[in-house]
Amino acid sequence: MSVKLGVPSKGRLMEKTFDWFGARGIGLARSGSEREYAGAVEGVEGVELVLLSAGEIPRELAAGRIHLGVTGTDLVREKLGQWEQRVAVLAELGFGQADLIIAVPQCWVDVDTLDDLDAAAAAFRAEHGFRLRIATKYHRLVRDFLRENGVADYQLVDSQGATEGTVKNLTAEAVADITSTGETLRANHLKLLADGLVLRSQATLYRSRSAPMEGPDREVMAALEARLGVEG
Amino acid sequence: MPQRAEIRARADALRARFEAAGAVRVETSVLQPAEVLLDLYGEDIRARAYVTSDALRGEQMLRPDFTVPVVQMHMEHGAEPARYTYTGEVFRRQEDDAARPNEYTQVGFEIFARQAPADADAEVFALIRDALSPLDLRAATGDIGILKAAVQGLETTEPRKRALARHIWRPRRFRALLERYSGRAPVPPSRAALLADGDPLARAAPLIGLRSKAEVAARIAALREDAAATPISAVQVDLIDAILDVRETLPYALERLRDIAVDMPAITEAVFCLQDRIEALDKRGVDVGALEFEGSYGRTQMEYYDGFVFGFYAGTRPDLPPVATGGRYDALTRVLGQGREIPAVGGVIRPGLLLRLEDLA
Repeated sequence: MSVKLGVPSKGRLMEKTFDWFGARGIGLARSGSEREYAGAVEGVEGVELVLLSAGEIPRELAAGRIHLGVTGTDLVREKLGQWEQRVAVLAELGFGQADLIIAVPQCWVDVDTLDDLDAAAAAFRAEHGFRLRIATKYHRLVRDFLRENGVADYQLVDSQGATEGTVKNLTAEAVADITSTGETLRANHLKLLADGLVLRSQATLYRSRSAPMEGPDREVMAALEARLGVEG
Repeated sequence: MPQRAEIRARADALRARFEAAGAVRVETSVLQPAEVLLDLYGEDIRARAYVTSDALRGEQMLRPDFTVPVVQMHMEHGAEPARYTYTGEVFRRQEDDAARPNEYTQVGFEIFARQAPADADAEVFALIRDALSPLDLRAATGDIGILKAAVQGLETTEPRKRALARHIWRPRRFRALLERYSGRAPVPPSRAALLADGDPLARAAPLIGLRSKAEVAARIAALREDAAATPISAVQVDLIDAILDVRETLPYALERLRDIAVDMPAITEAVFCLQDRIEALDKRGVDVGALEFEGSYGRTQMEYYDGFVFGFYAGTRPDLPPVATGGRYDALTRVLGQGREIPAVGGVIRPGLLLRLEDLA
């Protein structure tokens, strides 16, 4: 057995994760060709690097198939019910910051708060005969947030990409999506709601609460945690 | 934990009691068209019900309760008056508490009748109470009808009353609206700026989406009208709070609500309904002197209850959900009746919980 560490398999998130571990004396690298999803670990014994899509890491942690994993707060909260009981936060890594927000068209000059959104949704339903559509891929987080804030007469429509374009394409009236600078929102003539911040997210190192560990694995885990300066 | 067979046997026995009370046994499909439930409860139902789909019928929900299909069935081809009983599984998504079952048996009893609503309320309550004895359960009751009447009776604009009535079941937003309409909460700066702007649409960004410029303009006009409206008086807000704060046994609650009705005559009719119900309960042998009434009871449950509401709880196990719940849902028959409506009241028992509590007793 070995301690399995799941890391996003491509892009900036992978590079930054490699940098973060590298700064703590643990070398992570993709092995073999660019296309091969296998990795190598240097500087610590008994740790195996598993390259995965960031979106799959929460599920793999919850199932106990990997011991450690780097992914966004947003994905863990969205995909895992009772997430605190299934994974533990070891460290927030200080990159991959993004906010899950609710945005509406800039031309809605009458809408700036959730209170406005709720009132506009009621009027919209009366006028159009269906509930105001909010495009998102974060169904659970957005629904919980809107319920807590007492917003009614909306519906969530699934959008797995190019969410900001849905309003212009008339497939949604508003969006709930991840943004870091707001650039894409502005370019698509959308604006944030003043109180529409659903969640602040960043890349985070999680430990599975259910992954099986044999004696030697525990020592590896303890050594790794000591090296990284994180508390198990 | 009781076995399935035990639960089924108890469910059948309970249903037999309801049949003896004149109810016709009905069955409903496990798969329900999602559209109806979503239109009724909004997106929140997705957090409570399992959704599945196929390429032909689209989204379907695993029956989260029986009331909606039973009402639909009655509205389509039911004779009047009618009483129904049913038993079967309901399915509830549980994402925050793994200890709560996501599938359990319900036994229900529903009365559809235009006459003697107070007596129908009392009959449902008494039948369910008898079915639960000899377990020593705590009963809670309330009346959403009184709160609805109070909102209608506020001295304020119709749009404000509509907004408050729409959020009776969302206490937090209801409170926020009340605070703002009464001038207790400050106007958000963005709202103030919008109202101060002579022509807010002049510099507006490009129009995108389905919500039209006319709709935006209509809401701005509504906001201007609202800003010009007199705030709801502190006295009236206090009266709403007084209703929500009532927490007494029925006779004292009635007395308290009568006092409130002196200052808020709009609830008088609803308070008379409560009085009729108390008398009807008394006639059916319910110890009304010991029965609790809470002014805010039922506000966080499913939106369809709009009159009498009740629940039976294990006093020693506050962690467990109610063993039985029920209430009046006249408005639901209107929504599902496509132009027709009929007063209706009913309740459900969870035989699995009942057996579990009997084992513990």
